This record gives sequence, structure tokens and C-alpha cells, in this order.
Amino acid sequence: MSETLLYLIQQLINGLTIGSTYALIAIGYTMVYGIIGMINFAHGEVYMIGSYISFIVIAGLLGMGMVSLPLILFIALVIAVLIASTYGWTVERVAYRPLRGTNRLIPLISAIGMSIFLQNYVVLSQGSRDVALPPMISGGWTFGDPSLFEVSFSYMQLFIWVATFITMLGLTLFISRSRMGRACRACSEDLGMTNLLGVDTNRVIAMTFIIGAALAAIAGLLLSLYYGVVNPFIGFMAGLKAFTAAVLGGIGSIPGAVLGGLILGVTEALTAAYFPSEYKDVVAFSLLILILLFRPSGLLGKPEVEKV
Amino acid sequence: MGKLYNAIFSAGIALVLACLMIGVKLDTDGTTLKVHGASPEQWSWIIGGIALVFLSQLFADQIDAAFGKIPKPNLSNLIPEGDKMVRLKPWLLAGVFVCMVIWPFLVSRGSVDLATLALIYIMLGLGLNIVVGLAGLLDLGYVAFYAVGAYTYALLSQYFGLSFWVCLPISAGMAALFGFLLGFPVLRLRGDYLAIVTLGFGEIIRILLNNWTAVTGGPNGISGIDKPSLFGLEFSRRPSEGGTTFHEFFGIDYSSTYKVIFLYLIAVVLVAFVIYVINRLMRMPIGRAWEALREDEIACRSLGLNRTAIKLSAFTIGASTAGFAGSFFAARQGFISPESFTFIESAIILAIVVLGGMGSQIGIILAAIVMTILPELAREFSEYRMLLFGLTMVLMMRWRPQGLVPMKRPVLELK
Repeated sequence: MSETLLYLIQQLINGLTIGSTYALIAIGYTMVYGIIGMINFAHGEVYMIGSYISFIVIAGLLGMGMVSLPLILFIALVIAVLIASTYGWTVERVAYRPLRGTNRLIPLISAIGMSIFLQNYVVLSQGSRDVALPPMISGGWTFGDPSLFEVSFSYMQLFIWVATFITMLGLTLFISRSRMGRACRACSEDLGMTNLLGVDTNRVIAMTFIIGAALAAIAGLLLSLYYGVVNPFIGFMAGLKAFTAAVLGGIGSIPGAVLGGLILGVTEALTAAYFPSEYKDVVAFSLLILILLFRPSGLLGKPEVEKV
Repeated sequence: MGKLYNAIFSAGIALVLACLMIGVKLDTDGTTLKVHGASPEQWSWIIGGIALVFLSQLFADQIDAAFGKIPKPNLSNLIPEGDKMVRLKPWLLAGVFVCMVIWPFLVSRGSVDLATLALIYIMLGLGLNIVVGLAGLLDLGYVAFYAVGAYTYALLSQYFGLSFWVCLPISAGMAALFGFLLGFPVLRLRGDYLAIVTLGFGEIIRILLNNWTAVTGGPNGISGIDKPSLFGLEFSRRPSEGGTTFHEFFGIDYSSTYKVIFLYLIAVVLVAFVIYVINRLMRMPIGRAWEALREDEIACRSLGLNRTAIKLSAFTIGASTAGFAGSFFAARQGFISPESFTFIESAIILAIVVLGGMGSQIGIILAAIVMTILPELAREFSEYRMLLFGLTMVLMMRWRPQGLVPMKRPVLELK
């Protein structure tokens, strides 16, 4: 294989890794939007909190002398998911539920306030500096011609792929098979009608925020292990990227969010590879503007009809 | 009983949330990561916070009722009504203007400087008010236009030596052009899409400014930007080549206070100009169309209003106001860098509009003053500033979404 091709394969691997975590965060946006038609502006901060919690738990367990890596990761995952879900639930309870039925701008502004609050809450309690964790999962495979370019696929990347896949599978089963999942789908079709049919829509909405937050926490654990650093400001950019992914795939559609996340991740990796890497964020947002321009309903979304 | 259960539940949630964030602190020790528990002082904060959550949930109804009962600061009632207002208004405005002009000569230099900053925020608030308050388009990247205005002046002055007064309209024009270019594709979008796209646009501008080092100086920004001059008279200690300074021309001693007061007066004039223009626009068909579109888009379209053109005009005019404010900001600071144009700045301007009452000019002016002066007064709490700021935004939306001084529109009723 030629050098350029090997280089391209490496970028695809990196892009799909990042993209799959974007997809996890994007599902949170897309599910909330699908049901109440609003952007959960504080979602990025929930992801950031998930990263912090997983770091805290990992550091705590290592400090206690635990050595079994799978067990540490599992406990960190469970606690991060539980705590982040609680945050997601609180966000809904404080910033969205009291404002339901008001002008659309009002919950959005209160969610922006919530996002600023959470970010500074973490800044005040954990400091604003980067916190670094030495790599937990090291090693990997390399292939290709060593004299030209060696493609590396690390165990960490494999871990991210597998974890994302299992999460997606679990979510799909939950949405398609469980009673709550059916209620979620009904609510996204017609919230008012579902309520009339005796479903507790408040519970369903709270559940959507919780699921979104749980997925964001998983993404937080994976990405922070991958990068090895967290700081209180990562939530803003990650939230923006994930929202772009959700819109790209068609907001409201879960497969769309996954597709959008993967496309965005690959696009970013390719941009960073062939252009100065500072511009990868510019490309992501330009992609968002272009998609909205030519296909406002996204790749897999349903076009919305405005009615009186 | 249900209430007690609810309060205990909320307190429990608060306990969990606080313990795993404030209660444990991550720390890097060499290459390893350590956690250690919080100090007793932090624990007392946590317990206090949980008690607060418990009590506020237990007495939620009473608190809500109390907030409902507080005579809302209905400042709009202070303004006299009808005929009386028509007679009084010119005198009132003239009085305010005269006070604004005389005031800086009586107070300290620091407060004049602070007032200038407040005037910049008033300008920004009024500009964003056109977009958010009148036209109902949520713009989260407003700071991008502010940055465009500031950089236009800074670059033109640095590379071509153009003066502030020449650059002022050019900056406004550039910002308007950017507003037009962004608005043209995205204004067809629904409210929250627009919010995110403008947010992304704000980030794009900031990233470009940060990385286009050859022109913008990157993160180091641009320094040594010329200060405005009064009909060619400079406010520096020594005149530039071939120039005259203000104190030499009038034969008085040099004082740096003159410059501060002069900048303040420029800001007053700019704000007066912006208010005048916006008030005229609001009474023109275009201004009425903005508000009509905010109220009901479909009705407007069925009455034959061109939706895109109306939104675009609001967006462009709002952007040009930010351009104005931006070039003045660059002139006042003498130094700009992308650091001044982050998302938080957009959020502050939005908070001014929301706090003041969307659409209400007098409210926005008051809110801008409050938002600039409060942080100065509460310096010892400065690390909690953004935390309280976020919290205020959430609470305001809950208890008073229409702002401090809700917009009052003329109403005709049949009796």
C-alpha cells in the first residue's frame, strides 16, 4: 500500500474514534430535541462533569491500591453514569420543567445560565487548570510498511469502539423493546396526545434527560481516558460539536446522530491531517452552516412542516 | 407529607451532587493523580447549601407566593402617561443629556472610565435588543460583530493610518456586511438552530482571529491603536509628527483626565445616536414588521411581508451597532486580542437584554449599568461572579422572564 493510503487509513481510524464519542453526546441532544423540541444547552457541561467524576473515581481507586484495570474502569463508569444522570435530571428539573409552555427563548436562556453555572461550579470546586491522568490502557497494533508509514490502532481506540458499540446496542434495545422506550417514541411523535393517553410525560421527559446525561458521561469517560486531560472548559466545545453532529444527521433521529457524529469525526481528522489543525473547529462549524443551508432537516431527519 | 418527602429527596440529590464535586478535589502530584477531601470550611458550605435546598423545597409554595407578592419593580409606571409625557419628554431628554455631559467633570477618573465601559455595554445591549428583543431572533454569536468592528478599526489604523472618525462608519459597515453574509443563509432557520449557528459563527471568528497571525497578531492581539482626536487635536502628552495636542492648543497643562473624559463624551454621543436611530426605526414600517414577525411569523407571511428581508434588516442593523461599539472599544482600550471576544461576552450582552426586559430600551440601559457596576462593587466575590451570573439568569427566567422593565407598547382599548 502506498504511503498516502496508509496515512489516510490512520486518519480514518482516529476520526472514527473521536466521531463515535461525538455520536454518544449527540444522542443526548437529539433525544431531548425529539421530545420537547428544545436544545439542552447544558448538555456539554454534563459531559464535562462526567469526565471529572470518572477521573475522581479512577484516581480515588488507584489511591486506595486497587490494581485490577477492568474493575476500576467498570466502577468509574457506573459512578460517572449515576452522578451525571443526576445532574441531567437536575438540569431538567431546575431549568426546563418550571418553564414549560412559555416562549421558546426562555428555557433556552435559562439553560445557558445553567451551563455557565455548572462550568463555574466545577472551576470553583476543582480549579481551572488541566488535570492529567497517565494513560490507563496502553499498547496497540501497528501495521503497514515501517519504511513508509506505520498505521497504529491502539487498544484504547478499540476500547472506545467496543464501548460505544455496546452502548448504542443497549440504547437501541431500550428504545425499541422496553415500555419506557415505547413511551419515549410516542412522546416524540406527539407529546400532547401521549399525555392524553395516560402516559406520564413528565417522567418520560425526565428520563430523556437522564439517558442523554448517562451517554454523555460514558463519552466523558472514554474521551478523557483517550486524551488523558480534563479541564472545566471542555464541555462547551464538545457540546457544540455534538450538536453539529446531531443537526448533521437530522435532529430528532437517533441513527442520524450516530451517522452525524461519525461523519463529523472523520471530517475533523481529515482536516487536521491536511490543513493546519487549528482550523478543524472552523471546518466543523462551516459544515453545520452548509448542512443547514442545503438540507435543513439533516441527512436522516424528517422535514418539519410549519402549521398555524 | 408529600412536601417533606420532596424536600428530603431534593436535599439528598444535592448531597450527592455536592459531595462528588466540592467534597473531593483532584490534584496532580508529580505524574500521578491524587484526590483529597475538602477542607472543613468547604464542608460547612456544602452543609449550608443542602440546608438551603431542603428549606427552599419545604417552603417552595410560600417562597413562590412571596416572590409573586413583592411589588414588582415596575419602573415603567414611573414614566408619566399620555399627554403629559409628550410635553415633558423633550425637557426630560435634554436634562438627562446635560447631566451626562457635566457629570464627568465632577467625579473621579476611575468612575468616568467605568461609565464609559457601561456606555459600551449599553450600545451592545441596544444593538442585540433589535435582534433578540424586537425581531425575536436568538443570536448567541453577537460578540463576533463586536470583534469585527474592533478589528476593522485596529487594522485600518495600523496598516493604513486611518483615523478613528473615518473608521467608525467603516467598522459599522464591515460588521453589517458580516451580519448580512451570515444572515442571508441562516435566517431561514428556526429559532434554536439560529442560536447554535450564530454561536458557531462567533467561534469561527474567534478562531480565525486567533490563528491568522500574519494579519491579526494571533493571541497577542494588536496593541498601540490610535486614540480618537478632536478635530485633529490629540490627547497625548507629546504630539505626533506634524500634529497638535489638545493641551498645547488651548494652552493648558497636560492631564490624562482629559482623554478619559473625551472618550466618555464620545461614548455618550454614540449612545445618543444609536438610541435616536433605533427609536426612529421602531416607528417605521420596518420596525413594526420586526415586532409583528416576532409575534406571529405565519400571520406576517400571509399578509405579504417578506420574512427574509425583515429578519435580515434586523440582523444587519444589530450587527452594525456592534461594529460601532467594537471600534470605540478598540479606540478606548488601545489594545485588543481575541480574548475579549469569547462566548461569555455574548452571554453577558444577552443577559443584559434579558435582565432589562426584551424589547425595552430603558430596561436595557438600566441592566447594562447594573451589570457593569455590580462586579466592581463586589470585587471580593469576583471568583463567584460568573457562578452568580449563571444562577441569576436561571432564576430571572423562572420568576421574571419579562425583565426588570417590561416593554410597554401603546394599547388602544374599546370601552
